Amino acid sequence: MTVPDVLVIGAGPAGLAAARAARRRGASVTLLDSSDELGGQYWRHLPPQRPSEREAVLHHGWSAFTALREWLERSAGVTIIRQAYVWAIETREGRPGAVFVVVGEVDGEDRPQLVFEPGALILATGAYDRTLPFPGWDLPGVFTAGAAQALAKGERVAIGRRVVVAGAGPFLLPVAASLAATGSTVLGVYEANRTASLIAGWLPRPWQLLRAARKGGELAGYVRGHLRHRIPYRVGKAVIRADGTDRVETVTIASVDAAWSPLAGTEQTIAVDAVCVGHGFTPRLELAIAAGCALSDDDFVWVDERQQTSIPLVFAAGEVTGIGGVDLALAEGEIAGHLAAGGSIQDAALAPALAHRRTYRSFASRIENAHGVAGGWSEWLTPDTVVCRCEEVTYGVLCDAASATGGASLRSLKLSSRAGLGICQGRVCGRTIEDLIAKRAPGLAGGPGHSDAPVSSAADRVRTDRRPIAVPIRLGELAAEPTPLSSPSLSDRLRERHP
Amino acid sequence: MTSFRLPPCDDPVRPAEVPGIRIALDGRTVEGVDGQSIAGVILGSGILAWRTTSKNARPRGVFCGIGVCFDCLVEVNGARDVRACQRRARDGDVVTTQYDELPVRVRAAPFEEVPDDRA
Ligand SMILES: Cc1cc2nc3c(=O)[nH]c(=O)nc-3n(C[C@H](O)[C@H](O)[C@H](O)COP(=O)(O)OP(=O)(O)OC[C@H]3O[C@@H](n4cnc5c(N)ncnc54)[C@H](O)[C@@H]3O)c2cc1C
Ligand code: FES
Repeated sequence: MTVPDVLVIGAGPAGLAAARAARRRGASVTLLDSSDELGGQYWRHLPPQRPSEREAVLHHGWSAFTALREWLERSAGVTIIRQAYVWAIETREGRPGAVFVVVGEVDGEDRPQLVFEPGALILATGAYDRTLPFPGWDLPGVFTAGAAQALAKGERVAIGRRVVVAGAGPFLLPVAASLAATGSTVLGVYEANRTASLIAGWLPRPWQLLRAARKGGELAGYVRGHLRHRIPYRVGKAVIRADGTDRVETVTIASVDAAWSPLAGTEQTIAVDAVCVGHGFTPRLELAIAAGCALSDDDFVWVDERQQTSIPLVFAAGEVTGIGGVDLALAEGEIAGHLAAGGSIQDAALAPALAHRRTYRSFASRIENAHGVAGGWSEWLTPDTVVCRCEEVTYGVLCDAASATGGASLRSLKLSSRAGLGICQGRVCGRTIEDLIAKRAPGLAGGPGHSDAPVSSAADRVRTDRRPIAVPIRLGELAAEPTPLSSPSLSDRLRERHP
Repeated sequence: MTSFRLPPCDDPVRPAEVPGIRIALDGRTVEGVDGQSIAGVILGSGILAWRTTSKNARPRGVFCGIGVCFDCLVEVNGARDVRACQRRARDGDVVTTQYDELPVRVRAAPFEEVPDDRA
């Protein structure tokens, strides 16, 4: 049996592990990432221009990353292309479609275009923060939790001196730890979920926590770090507004009930120079949708036990298939890479990865149970709260559009209000708008795709996650002829990092 | 008090001391270090906002920090709509803040998923 050429999109933990596993099975592997550094979100690090001997201070598993990177960089048969923006994938019945890429500076001009026709494709495009709106969240000085983390890890820039961290989920802990290590005073970490749900999520099967010992240990480490930095961790509390004229000056924190409804009379206002907020993550689905992959009923890429999507020879791994953290991403990546290169799930070499996946998946579902978003948050919106940041559409305008259009489709609601139609293509507000509309007009935002996997064909979804052009490219680039992989300008770029 | 870049001497990560770079932000000199993003240089110097929104003329800067939200758009050396959080700064870059009174979406229109029922 011939081993297919494997194309991996995304060089975060999942993509790196996938590329190595596929190469180990003998496949010729190409690994693409839009960043000029490998590592994805988790292992975001200082650039080579600013080397540091102690990078590991900010990272768990840093040596695992450097070993993985070195292995891939040294392997003949692995081509790594950095600054490669995959902007489109063709849908093909029964196999991967052509993959279109521009290579060069971000949002640059006249970048060469590449087209791949891979034998097997692995999507490892990860996820990004989901931040729920609140009054004043559009003020400068309000950041996503991921932004605070990326600036701290990648640049040693702190978003402010006096900072509040808020939202939901265990990710808030490493963010607060990084901020403290970057010189910020973290005034508090405010987790919207309450002790009861945290205990319910974390405690019924404590042995599972032990088996996920690495993750448990990592979280325990953050808690110890917080004690050392005296960072208060408060549960059942949310940032419900931010105020200031041209930048955030204060935030208001309130207690919330188990459904995240703010409790009147509990508001407390504190002076801050920055606040970072994250309520979980949204998968980067656009390439998977373009490739024709079905989504699961919770709107991730649906995969079978082999990490294969509904399209044969298109695999997916990491947070694009479900939020589970770095260890799950690594295990899924390894499985996807092995199978994409023609391996079998029965192969003995895969047993440890399969065991890890089982452990970390159950861990992940407990985290989701403990920290998931509850519906009461919309009560902290006011009519003039911006819900779509790009088009500056307020909650009031969205509600008016919903009443005016009656039972019309989600699409016409978006067209009449312009919510979700701005330059971010609904990446930031898409799910929020759907949730708000679903609340006001139940049944509207759902549509096909909310039934059992894998029947939800992406093609007939009228949802926010469909973006035929996945990354911005310029019109001139769209019109240009593809560059052969062997062209001199491109091979220079490929050599740059391979001394 | 605002955003800042941690000096290497105070930094537990101990990044190497590296050459400084300068960019011009609307004609004003802003200093950073090699390898930073344009947004990182600006934030590191204590400036939180640079873009002005089309509809309400409100200030914006970094929101997502990872290239997703497009709040940080700037013009760099004459090219518009560059995500400042993603583009590495080079010494001498001329950065101009953007205020598009016509929505940026006009430029992005061919990419929208707006379907045929628009008319
Ligand atoms: C900003 C941020 C910071 C985070 N920091 C932490 C942390 O400190 N600790 C923690 O436990 N978890 C963190 N997370 C959670 C994190 O997402 C996971 O733990 C882990 O990184 C998931 O791995 P992954 O391989 O699935 O995806 P990612 O690490 O997200 O990797 C996906 C990769 O795909 C690339 N990509 C996406 N689309 C394209 C495209 N169209 N073309 C080319 N390349 C593309 C991206 O550039 C990225 O490198 C963070 C998440 C975010 C958003
Ligand atoms: S801050 Fe979101 S794209 Fe740059």
